[in-house]
Order: sequence, then structure tokens, then C-alpha cells
Amino acid sequence: MKTYKVYAINDGTVIDHIPNTKALKVIDILGLENKGILTIGIGFSSQKMGKKDIIKIENKFLKKEETDKISLIAPNATINIIKNGKLTEKRKIEPPAEYINVIRCSNPNCITAKENIMTKFKIVKTSPLILRCHYCERLISSGEIEIL
Amino acid sequence: MDFKGKSIISIRDVDTDAFDMIITTARRIKEGEFAGCLKNKLLATLFFEPSTRTRLSFESAMRYLGGEVIGFSGTDYTSVKKGETLTDTVITVAGYCDVIVIRHPVEGAARLASEISSVPVINAGDGANQHPTQTFLDFFTLSEFFPRLSDVRIGFLGDLKYGRTVHSLAYALSLYKTPMWFIAPDLLKMPAFLTAEIKENGSTAHETEDLEGVNEKLDVLYVTRIQKERFGDMQEYERVAGCYRVTNKIVETLGNKVKIMHPLPRVDEIAREVDDLENALYFHQAHNGIPVRQAVLGLVLGAIR
Repeated sequence: MKTYKVYAINDGTVIDHIPNTKALKVIDILGLENKGILTIGIGFSSQKMGKKDIIKIENKFLKKEETDKISLIAPNATINIIKNGKLTEKRKIEPPAEYINVIRCSNPNCITAKENIMTKFKIVKTSPLILRCHYCERLISSGEIEIL
Repeated sequence: MDFKGKSIISIRDVDTDAFDMIITTARRIKEGEFAGCLKNKLLATLFFEPSTRTRLSFESAMRYLGGEVIGFSGTDYTSVKKGETLTDTVITVAGYCDVIVIRHPVEGAARLASEISSVPVINAGDGANQHPTQTFLDFFTLSEFFPRLSDVRIGFLGDLKYGRTVHSLAYALSLYKTPMWFIAPDLLKMPAFLTAEIKENGSTAHETEDLEGVNEKLDVLYVTRIQKERFGDMQEYERVAGCYRVTNKIVETLGNKVKIMHPLPRVDEIAREVDDLENALYFHQAHNGIPVRQAVLGLVLGAIR
């Protein structure tokens, strides 16, 4: 019989294949802190990834536009929606066309650093990832990305 | 492209059809068409930082087409000094006019203004980012001398790293696959991402540190100012600035047909003696700011279709 290190949930969302040690950042990006019951697994063995993290979110069915926000730090994560103990939907993460209020612009002279407005980034290239600020038009590469 | 009601913020929003439309309209205006077409229209110029050519040429452009102008230059006597946000200023002023021209030291300010304004916004420079009407007037000036932009061999000389004018013009010309030479010291060379983008668009881009490295006759040399503040070592600045100074002798070496352009203001990167040569286009270029800005105002206000 298969034993689980993280107990199964009856209703909610399971985010699997998160890169090792990034689980807490995923929770931060999705704004899940203090918003209900979470089970967090860090450093699990994975055939594909060596080590991985996993998050189980009880009684919350995250929509695609929400989970796509984590594409910057967990591009290969899988999303499992569980209802009444059954897997009802399984999906991959896809980069959104725009990252709205996810990333801080690295340009200190960008209007997003001066006025109280949402940041917006468009994808210029996916591999390697390059984004352009919708406002100041500065390009940022994956190594420079700072999550809000 | 229908310009009516549209804001003009960045060269990246403009395609070749739009460039062609602006050039054609500016030419027709220069020939005397569309006189008085902006009668009863009001322009507000919001210049949060100083400007000579851009502000005055926008105001002249509006008045020559029969329109009126309100606005400020510098924020000393405005509510900005009381801490008013850009958002509040723009929402308010949009209710006083038909079109806004904005210059602001912060990058992205014009884009934000266009998103909250109920009237079209024209970007007259947002920090180091964009200044699209400068590119339009550069384009228009080139089009007056060269009927096919794809055939113009253009060299950019000077500070290619920080100069927004060069970045925008080179990007715009790459849409026409214009061959380009970037002539700059290593410290001030064109950003790699931009050179890559220009090549991806179909232009050839050659990089060299000095004019001797240009192995073909250029049709145009576009000169920009090398700014002292970019250098930590003043001796290094003097050395570099001296190497990139255009004189009559340099023009002679480049060939008597080469056109010399510059977005102005200049300091001493083009010797005064060059002004008297037929090759010097920079004041003509600055004067073209009027028909080009008339074209932009007329188009976004829907008075020219």
C-alpha cells in the first residue's frame, strides 16, 4: 500500500512539482497565507526533479489565471483540483500573456515606483525568459525578476 | 491606422503604415494643406521638466493649424508642488482641453497618463524612455532626401547606450530593414538587446568604435551628444569626446553627399564650421518638428483623416 507523507485532501487544490524550497514563495505569490488550511511538503523525492515541494490547499479551487501567476518560479508545476476526494481536473502551468501586479519593476525611475498603480509586464521571450515593463519599457531577464 | 482619439506614447505602438501616414500628412501640411483645421481645439502642454524645441514646436504647430494652447513648463506654480499625483493632474487637465502633450522625467508617466486621460495624450519625452515625435521628425527629414528608407545607409555616432533618440530611430528604421552602423566607444555602445532586436527585424547592424571602421559610404551620419556625467574620469571623457567630433575634414572623408543629422541640443560634437555645409541637416530637422507635430495633432484630433 502506498503511504503518503502529506495526507490527502477531500476538496481543494494540490500544486505538485514545485521546485525544491519554493513552496513558501508560491504561497506568497498566490496570497494564501492565513487564508485557510494549507499542507506544505518541502524536499520530497521526485523522479523528474530530484527534489520537489508540494502544497495542498483545502477547500479552495484555484483558477487557471491564479495559478499561472506562479509560472515565474514554478513553470513545471502541476495543478490538481480535487472534489469529493476525486481528481476532477489536472493542468499544467502556462505563462500568462501579461503579469499584472506580480513583479516589481527593477527601474527605480519607473512610474510604477512613484504612483500607486499596478505593475504590468509582457513576455518578450520565453526561453530565456525576458519581460518588458508596460510602462517604462525596460527589459528584465529571469535573474532580475523580483516578485511583489 | 485610424489615429482619431489615439494616444501617441511609444514607437513600439507604431507600425510602418502609421509611419507612412504621418510622413505623408506632414508633407501635405508643408505644402499648405489643412490650414485652420484645428480651429476651436485646445491643446494642454504639461511639461514637468524643461524643453526648448519640443514645447515650442508643439505650441507653434497647434497655433499654425488654428488651435489654442494652455499649459505649464516646470512645476513651480502648479499643484504638483502641493503633492498632487500625476494621475489627479491628468484627470483634471483632460477636462480642460482636447489633447494633452506631456513631458515628464519619470519613465512610463506618459503611458499612465494615456490610460487615465479622457482625451488623447502625446508623449513629448518620458525620462530616458520614449520621445516618439522626435522619431517621426527624424523619419520625415530622412524621407525628404531619401525616397526609400530601406536603402539609406545610416551611421549613428556618439552615445548610443543612453540616447533614447537613437534607440527609437534605429528601432523604427529596422521596421524598414534599413542597414545601420553603430559607431561608439565600448562604454557607450548600443545595448545588446536592441541590436539583436534590430537584426531580428531584418536590418543589418555593424558595430565599430570609430568612423574608420565604417567600410562603406554612409548616406547619413546621425550624431548624438556624449554626456560628461556618464564618465567617472574626465580625461577619458575628453579623449572620447575628441574622437567623436564631426568637423569639415571628417565630412570630407565621409564623402560630399553624406547628410549630417543631430536631434539637438549639441555641445561641441559637431563643429560650427559644419553648419555652413549643405550636408548639415540638423536645423532643418528641428524645423521639421512643426509639420510633423501638426500632422500628429491633426490626426489624433480627427481633423485630418
